[in-house]
Amino acid sequence: MGIFKKKKIDKRAVTYKQPSDTPARLVWKYSNVTTKLSLLIFGLGNLLHKQIIRGLIFLAMEVAYIYYMVTFGIKSIGDFITLGTKQQEEVWNDAKGIYEYVLGDNSMLCLLYGVITIFLTLAIIGVAYMSMKSAFCTQMRVMAKLHIPSFKDDLRSLKEENLHSLLLAFPVIGALVFTVVPLVYMILIAFTSYDSTHQPPGNLFDWVGFENFVNLFATGGRLSQTFWPVLGWTLIWAVCATVSNFVLGMMLAIVINRKGTKAKGFWRFMFVLSIAVPQFVSLLSMKTIFNVSGPVNVLLLEWGLIDKAIPFFLDTNTARITIILINIWIGIPYTMLSTTGILQNIPGELYEAARIDGATAPKIFWKITLPYMIFVMTPTLITSFTGNINNFNVIYLLSGGGPATLDYHFAGKTDLLVTWLYNLTITNKDYNMGAVIGIMTFVILATVSLITYHRTGSYKDEGAFQ
Amino acid sequence: MKAKQRITDAFVHIMLGVLSIVWILPIIYIIITSFRGESGSYKTYILPKEWTLDNYIKLFTETSSMIDFPRWFMNTLIIAIVSTILSAFFVVCVAYCMSRLRFKMRKPFMNITMILGMFPGFMSMIAVYYILKGLGFLESGVLKQVALVLVYSGGAGMGFYIAKGFFDTIPKSIDEAAYIDGATKWDTMIHIILPLSKPIITYTLLTSFMGPWVDYIFAKIIMGNDTKYYTIAIGLWSMLEKEYIEFYYTQFFAGCVLISIPISILFLCTQKYYVEGVSGAVKG
Repeated sequence: MGIFKKKKIDKRAVTYKQPSDTPARLVWKYSNVTTKLSLLIFGLGNLLHKQIIRGLIFLAMEVAYIYYMVTFGIKSIGDFITLGTKQQEEVWNDAKGIYEYVLGDNSMLCLLYGVITIFLTLAIIGVAYMSMKSAFCTQMRVMAKLHIPSFKDDLRSLKEENLHSLLLAFPVIGALVFTVVPLVYMILIAFTSYDSTHQPPGNLFDWVGFENFVNLFATGGRLSQTFWPVLGWTLIWAVCATVSNFVLGMMLAIVINRKGTKAKGFWRFMFVLSIAVPQFVSLLSMKTIFNVSGPVNVLLLEWGLIDKAIPFFLDTNTARITIILINIWIGIPYTMLSTTGILQNIPGELYEAARIDGATAPKIFWKITLPYMIFVMTPTLITSFTGNINNFNVIYLLSGGGPATLDYHFAGKTDLLVTWLYNLTITNKDYNMGAVIGIMTFVILATVSLITYHRTGSYKDEGAFQ
Repeated sequence: MKAKQRITDAFVHIMLGVLSIVWILPIIYIIITSFRGESGSYKTYILPKEWTLDNYIKLFTETSSMIDFPRWFMNTLIIAIVSTILSAFFVVCVAYCMSRLRFKMRKPFMNITMILGMFPGFMSMIAVYYILKGLGFLESGVLKQVALVLVYSGGAGMGFYIAKGFFDTIPKSIDEAAYIDGATKWDTMIHIILPLSKPIITYTLLTSFMGPWVDYIFAKIIMGNDTKYYTIAIGLWSMLEKEYIEFYYTQFFAGCVLISIPISILFLCTQKYYVEGVSGAVKG
């Protein structure tokens, strides 16, 4: 006897399945007129077979969509294509004797509502297909004289074969509203002239095609003179930060875990303490600690190691090295924590065999530990590489992108692509260029990840451990 | 041989000692500066000449419209609690689906999330700002706080990878045994798998709780100059701005210590779960 008592369930209800595995082509081929009509009148097939609630839900969605389109949607599609035609203007009001602003079209809102309408339309196409499939399923069941699922059965199926729909509904809606729609919106901005001189509601902006991309890569242009060096530093930073944290953190874990080390817990605690401090606190304090008149310089001066204070964040190379070093301080404890467990999983026989063969400790590290760890941790490494490319906090809170330079277009010598994106959009309001930089960051990350990800075993055999 | 072993041991311990001093010193500096009696920002010495608790007391007593530590603290606490509940719920739901259920859209869904994750999260932020503005969420401070909660938890479901990795390590045979006993998938999830997954649930709760305390950029964009509704992170940052730093430097460190204490305790208590969560993820 198990913990769960077998509930008495109608046998016909148990065999009820969604037709989700029938390909669309076959659905169309074998469906009758009612089912085909369900594509136009949502829920028709269900309503005719006494699945009233299910049918009504489909129908209600269609009615709501049509209402939306008639009152608002069709106009918004038109605006989406033109991005507004009427500019805000001053009009002389004779009665009041003053100039009045007459509101024109707001290109930004035109674009936003257009995107929302497009998403709703895509969703309704999906619902139309679902309606037809649902009708098809009912049709098949009628033909086979099977039990036709009632609304109660539908609800029950949410806890069984459709559990994923129940669980995914809210997270997917959240992700759509707060990630996907905004992202599509920003990607579209990259193809418009939405910069500091075309700010709605005062001005209109328009579609410009690939012009922004061309500007970014135009040789000799200010943007490309900024883009390539910033990209170079972003890649150097990401590689240095990822590799240094991984290798050094792992070494620390090995040293703490080795047989001879006493008080392992104590050492681990000393390092973990720095993770426990919220990251922006440690970053902001590091910024003050490495200030020209901060404690590091005070100490170095007192000990007579230097003659005058080092301006850590004012010289390009010093600033870059300092940032990487501070990042090591922040990152190593994380790697130490996460590798400790994995290191203990390395089969002991490997080490024993190596020792019998007379391998030295460094050799064991390079030939056994490192390859094993790289194999197991590739996904984590990619994630941390991605995280470093987009590491806004470290740069923004430590150096703020500085030292400032006139060679670059609104970027400093330690600015990453993502902090440059911040400067362009928030400070400078050049949204279109910001969006272009965002897309370029994506392209770089996607290439790097695809190449590495598809070579790792853990992506291919995700079920290997189940 | 033994002598050599002893030398290595001694060397390792000395090295660990030096390193831990390097790691501990900045934290000690934060703590001692928070007790410094002399006002002003940078000094030419490190140990304070005068020790005092005033910095802590002033944080709570001398509040102004621009700098209001207790209020920021409560703002952040409320935002953190609400968004933790929402985002942990999202993450566990999605991770469970991706790990233990098999359905047609599973692989495409995972690939799409991976692709979306490669865009700078900050890029969509600007559009989110306008969407919220369009919906009228940025009219008042309270609505801004609601907006911030939605921003923190809305897309949380996409960060399911670590939790999925953990669920992957629980043997499938447990589910199968439950099905044979007549449990529905829902029962299996609620009564069997989730109780087994306490480490990862704790980890998820913890990481989402810490998010609002340490996030700077989203809060800054949404709150703008509405200092009354600031969260801790942007509030403390504003203390270091040029016009405030001379006066608030030591109070800034006192504030840092105060918010680090609860977060550190939470972290140290749940460190075990963190390790289990992360190494579980790697196995899958």
